[in-house]
Amino acid sequence: MALSAVLNRTVMAVATLLGVAIIVFVLIRVVPGDPIAMMIGPGASASDVIALRAHYGLDGSVSSQFLVWFKSALVGDFGISITMRRDVLTILGEHLPATIELAGLALLVAILIGGTVAVVGTLTRGRRSGAIVDAVNGIFLALPDFIWALIFVLLLGVAVPLLPLTGRIDPSVQIEFGTRFFLAESLLTGRFKVASDILAHMAMPTMALALPLAAVIGRVLKQALTEAMVQDYVLLARIKGMSELRLILGEALRNAVGPTLALTGVQATFLIGGTVVVERIFAYPGIGNLAIDAVINRDFPLIQGLVLLFGLIFILINVLVDLAVVALNPRLRYG
Amino acid sequence: MVALTRRDVMAASMGGVIASMLLPGRGAFAAGDTLTIAFNVNIPSFDPTVGLSAVNPTIQAIYRSVFDQYIGQGPDLSWQPGLLTAWGWNDDKTKVWMDVRKGVTWHDGSPFTPEDVVWSLERAAGKDSGNPIQFIWSKIGKFSIDGNRITADVLSFEPTLFMWMGFLTAYVLPKAYYAKVGADGFEKKPIGTGPYMVDQYEANAFVRLKANPNYWGGKPPYDTVVFKFVTDATSRVAEIESGSSDVTLEIPYEEYDRLIKKDGLAGVAQPVSDIGMIFISNVEPMLDKNVRLAAIHAIDKEAIIKKLLRGYGIRIDTLEAPPYTAFDPTIVVAHDPKKSIELLKASGFSKEKPVKFTIRTTRGLKPKDYEMIQAIVGMWRNVGIEADIEVYDIAKHFELRFAHKLGPAAFYNWGNATGDPTNSTGFAMFSFSPHSAWKTKDVDDLIGPLWGEHDEAKRIAGWKAVDKYVADNGLVIPLLQYVQPIVFKKSLAVTANQSGALQPVWIKKA
Repeated sequence: MALSAVLNRTVMAVATLLGVAIIVFVLIRVVPGDPIAMMIGPGASASDVIALRAHYGLDGSVSSQFLVWFKSALVGDFGISITMRRDVLTILGEHLPATIELAGLALLVAILIGGTVAVVGTLTRGRRSGAIVDAVNGIFLALPDFIWALIFVLLLGVAVPLLPLTGRIDPSVQIEFGTRFFLAESLLTGRFKVASDILAHMAMPTMALALPLAAVIGRVLKQALTEAMVQDYVLLARIKGMSELRLILGEALRNAVGPTLALTGVQATFLIGGTVVVERIFAYPGIGNLAIDAVINRDFPLIQGLVLLFGLIFILINVLVDLAVVALNPRLRYG
Repeated sequence: MVALTRRDVMAASMGGVIASMLLPGRGAFAAGDTLTIAFNVNIPSFDPTVGLSAVNPTIQAIYRSVFDQYIGQGPDLSWQPGLLTAWGWNDDKTKVWMDVRKGVTWHDGSPFTPEDVVWSLERAAGKDSGNPIQFIWSKIGKFSIDGNRITADVLSFEPTLFMWMGFLTAYVLPKAYYAKVGADGFEKKPIGTGPYMVDQYEANAFVRLKANPNYWGGKPPYDTVVFKFVTDATSRVAEIESGSSDVTLEIPYEEYDRLIKKDGLAGVAQPVSDIGMIFISNVEPMLDKNVRLAAIHAIDKEAIIKKLLRGYGIRIDTLEAPPYTAFDPTIVVAHDPKKSIELLKASGFSKEKPVKFTIRTTRGLKPKDYEMIQAIVGMWRNVGIEADIEVYDIAKHFELRFAHKLGPAAFYNWGNATGDPTNSTGFAMFSFSPHSAWKTKDVDDLIGPLWGEHDEAKRIAGWKAVDKYVADNGLVIPLLQYVQPIVFKKSLAVTANQSGALQPVWIKKA
């Protein structure tokens, strides 16, 4: 039964990605914007244009171009970027780890902050301090990530310049990494000074991404905890003399976390999408920043690769969330 | 034995992370003699001869740091020896000759030779090369080398050939190295003969350049130059204001005025070879000369420059900016709203019965582009022209222009670092160019003979006549020559480049 569920999910994922690939392939060739028109010289003749289109594989019909692309994609060849003139898969592989580290750190920070807010809010429910916690959380909820980004740029980048403003690592660091996971690798190899520099560069974009998500987690988890706190098993534990904090963390949390986890998973996909604007503001070299340039320059192969990558990430996140929810709630397990 | 709980492990890990954050982070690695530039574009590819980046004027600042051009260009747009020390035509202009500089080495230490020049020119001329300026490079061929002199046949006379040798895609690449490593290898580790060598490149992040100690033009001012790719203008302002970068450019003029008043910062705002203009297409209602001229006379360019651009701009009445070779100061199109009203009245239009059309513009691509068009539309409304504004991105502009579907009016900025009229009036007004919007035979008949005109004085006079004709008939709306704001630390002395390329060799210590 579990195997059939896995197969089912896999088939759905492949079908989803294929559908996305077809739709995006057609759309980007139909909407205004022609990379050849953008680069053609002022004195180019009609034959020059034809030659340039052929050079970039843009001379056939949309369907023939798709077939060529699809056949290559099946063997892992997603084409050559028009602007960067390198293999699309390699480019994505170079940029994705930066976004994974940024989004991963933002998710972790969001869970920590959101969880703390929820616990504190539950502890102080019904009191004035609880209302203050709710109000502050409401403000955090109202501000989108790019506004936080600009606030941090002004406060921590310019007014009190504590943190580096742009980039992923100090440009004077000699980048001698085996992988593109700079933060993880520097921590694991004991290069703490480099790790510190990377974390300093990631601090503002991480917080900009984390705070809105933290506010969502805080609100939803607090609501779930409040409901759990009036259940019989919690009342029993309270009668037995457990402290309020232990009640929340030890009894109520494990039942409250399920719905929050599902919502966090959905929000995490938005977080990945949010990296596009935040990475641009902080000149952070992840797939978000790459996507903006690809769209501006109508780099068709790169746009295609990026959309498929985003699609794959969303699918994987949803699978992971489903697995986590099942792991935490035995009632949902089957097989 | 000490028993560790899960809580202890988590606390220790968190403590480690926090402790590592408290270690020196910001600027801990900065080396001494380093110039850091917060740059406004990314460099997507290191091949300066093919693709979209090859025709991006701003990226030339990086390309010219790593590679040399056949012919050099000074910050005042004057031509200088580059990898060619001398060049010219034979008497009847059927051949060209070029003398190649001696004693130059590539960044890997191998010698630069005339074969590299020939190979680079032949490669650029290839139909399959992907070089967007192939149409120029293909005009010479059948190269021969005699010592340090190269000669070639003129396959099709191009009066601006040697100017193009200091312009877009005109870079000499290493023949032997390129053959050895291929296109991929060259992208991973590019080498040139330029003043700086690529030390580290992180796409969409930065490129770090190291001084070429054997540069034929002398040791560059800085040991290390870092171009940080900061495409967001707000972030560039923050970079310079916080001291994270030493120089930045292309920031809003109001921010420029604010920053240069701060302690420790200075600025230079100099006109560059970029112009702002409105394309007019030969479609209704623009087929009516009265409508075209009325639209032009209604625009108060000085007011736009003064109020929207804080005085940073120079009004122009032709597509030739003042530094251009064919600039004619006698061609003036006055701001005269009364004349606009009379012209429109003659065609049956008025404020009560306005002529209507759509004008397209980008928003945020150039300083106050959208706001300028808004102001112009307001000026038009006062004389009897009702224009709707359609905002689009630059990619759509290129596509529409290529398909001759720009519509009656469209804002654009045009760059011409050669200063030659073929590269502004020529390609903007000649109907066979994919870059033109007004496509009529009368203009083609004027321009056609000039492409192959051997007599330089006659050629320039011819272009001035074209500009006069275009202005008298209102076939395009030139607006202004742009000014490029550059902000830098007071410890620096920056020589602004009229082409707009911020080259580190012209940034010195004050």
